[in-house]
Amino acid sequence: MRMTGAEMVVKTLEKNGVEVVFGYPGAANCPIIDKLSLSSVKHILTRNEQGAAHMASGYARVTKRAGVCTATSGPGATNLITGIATAYMDSVPMVALTGQVATPLIGKDAFQEVDITGATLPFTKHSYLIKDGLDIPRVVNEAFHIAETGRPGPVLIDFPMDLLKAEYDYPDEDDNVSIRGYKITGKANESQVKKVAEAIKSSKKPVILAGGGIVISDAVNELRKFVKETDIPVVSTMMGIGVLPGDHHSYYGMIGSHGVKRANMIFNRADTVIVMGSRLGDRTVAHIKGLEDGNKLIHIDIDPAEIGKNVQPYIPVVGDIKDVLEQLTPLMSGYKAEKEWVRETEELRARFTHEPFSEDNGFVNPKYFMTVLSEKTHSDAYVSTEVGQNQIWTANNYNFKTPRAFLTSGGFGTMGYGLPAAIGASVAAKGEKPVIAVMGDGSFQMDLPEMGTMAYWDIPVKMVLFKNGRLGMVHEHQFLLYKANYQAVNIEGTPDFEMLAKAYGFNTSTVKENSGVGKAIDKMLADDKSYLLVVEVNPFEPTGDVLNEAPLPRKEDN
Amino acid sequence: MERYTLSVLVENNPGVLSRVVGLFSRRGFNIHSLSVGTTNDPHVSRITIEVNGDALTVEQVSKQLSKIMEVIKIKTLRDSEIVKRGLALVKIKVTPKTRSEVIEITNVFRANIVDISPNTLTVEITGHERKVNAFLDLVDAYGIEELSRTGMTALERGANILKLDK
Repeated sequence: MRMTGAEMVVKTLEKNGVEVVFGYPGAANCPIIDKLSLSSVKHILTRNEQGAAHMASGYARVTKRAGVCTATSGPGATNLITGIATAYMDSVPMVALTGQVATPLIGKDAFQEVDITGATLPFTKHSYLIKDGLDIPRVVNEAFHIAETGRPGPVLIDFPMDLLKAEYDYPDEDDNVSIRGYKITGKANESQVKKVAEAIKSSKKPVILAGGGIVISDAVNELRKFVKETDIPVVSTMMGIGVLPGDHHSYYGMIGSHGVKRANMIFNRADTVIVMGSRLGDRTVAHIKGLEDGNKLIHIDIDPAEIGKNVQPYIPVVGDIKDVLEQLTPLMSGYKAEKEWVRETEELRARFTHEPFSEDNGFVNPKYFMTVLSEKTHSDAYVSTEVGQNQIWTANNYNFKTPRAFLTSGGFGTMGYGLPAAIGASVAAKGEKPVIAVMGDGSFQMDLPEMGTMAYWDIPVKMVLFKNGRLGMVHEHQFLLYKANYQAVNIEGTPDFEMLAKAYGFNTSTVKENSGVGKAIDKMLADDKSYLLVVEVNPFEPTGDVLNEAPLPRKEDN
Repeated sequence: MERYTLSVLVENNPGVLSRVVGLFSRRGFNIHSLSVGTTNDPHVSRITIEVNGDALTVEQVSKQLSKIMEVIKIKTLRDSEIVKRGLALVKIKVTPKTRSEVIEITNVFRANIVDISPNTLTVEITGHERKVNAFLDLVDAYGIEELSRTGMTALERGANILKLDK
């Protein structure tokens, strides 16, 4: 069958079950946009390519399938970069399709030419520059396979526009992907898993550090079973939030520099730490040396390169955490974590958990707001965040009960992520659950034109805007570390956000007191369209519970 | 710190070398020397990389390299396990008086003279880095006009081979 390169792209997208492509057209990817219009795949026009990449990422986090975005050559492609890097750092499956200048012009600094495969090399799982149109079906199939299997990640394919337009005899179909250099981690070594079981059984104070790998590997049920049988206390990384319900009796919260104190203390007091699907990044574990010396670290990860990258483990296990838990749970039968240790962790919970302040004082307490939001949504919503105080308030105070409900840029820390990610999630959720974007007034202004995408495509996103006229987290940082020399953090004089949202056709309201929070949330959730709720927050509201608490894991805490 | 040699079989595709080399700079690993060439299979190239580091660092390098799709196989080898050779072309300043001395040194090192002019001799020397260095130290006295060295290439001693899975 005769087919153009672009037709082959679209046909292969359809074969891979793609429902939607988020993108922005230009001359070089126009052949793809053209053929998409004749297919079952919907193209959603964004307001910036960065938004397209983040939407694909939000879509992927909800559906577990690779999100697809497209951009034209040059500036279109470079605008995708932040979104691709964000996906890479959080192991989100994504396929980015970029147009490229025509083959004879490559390397000639042609109009809108950029070496995008070169530019994205450090933060793509793999990338392709198409040299022969006949390779297109194979490459697109490979891209989805690579993006979605093993440790997921973004894959970029760069298509020179002449190859998209040229006609070919569609190559004999062979959709079986085989890449000899691609090694997907299989089952873990039995004897290593046995060692883990023995180490846990001989420990006095074990703790599980649950990472995003558990979410990615769909091992949540296996983890919950393991915890139910063993009673081992669980703390999580930011990406691991939701693997146990926030109010589960064995779950103590997020650790790390913005984690909760009780979780950090339990983590530090443990004599055996079972790390499941976490790379132990610097925001999670600040004092690596203490961790290596002080307790037995068991590190389970699907990516062999994560083992020993940041911390040398006592027992390394390379394997998919779902398989490893299936192997490990039977070995633990009859074992229960020592009562004394569980009692100790309970005491820490009692000592370091306080009800958020909820009286009226001229501002809304964002922590209180998040607890009310959990109740009002019955924890059954997709909640995205930006990066900054809004992210930490959400992580530590919204009661997430399921995985894939908390959509946040954990690894890369990308401001401007939350709103487009919520749009992608909303497209994926198809109205089954409300989608809430929690933002600050700094991050909201990074990608706010995407409200146009929401309006045009009628994609409902509930926007919660914590407004304090500050880049709050940097403001706090300057208070703590720069002798309160506040520089470049005051963003007062910003537009009237309510008027702005109204201009896009959304209903809005503002809440200024804690007593108004419940009603304001009810009104927002009852609205069937996108909605902006402005929440006025004290610029001096700390990220943690109490200023200066910022509980970095330290041995001295013991 | 110890010297390790990584023998890396990669797909013979354009751009593979930049993926491999980019990884080193990005992750803060140092390359001591590098050489690339095709193997007896035209679809496969072998990149030989010498790195200095402790065992854990080198293991991390190797694991990161494994994640590159076009990297098919890697083996980390210690100096004692391999034969390793590099090549240097040296243009040495000579006078009618010193020419025969330089030729003598060249013969001792079993190096070859590949070009000659009234004022220079160009010598090709192959061998382990130490041997090449020793030669260069000696001829430095006469004046090295120009020097071009390759990275080391290596094969494992004995019958072991780095095989591709079929």
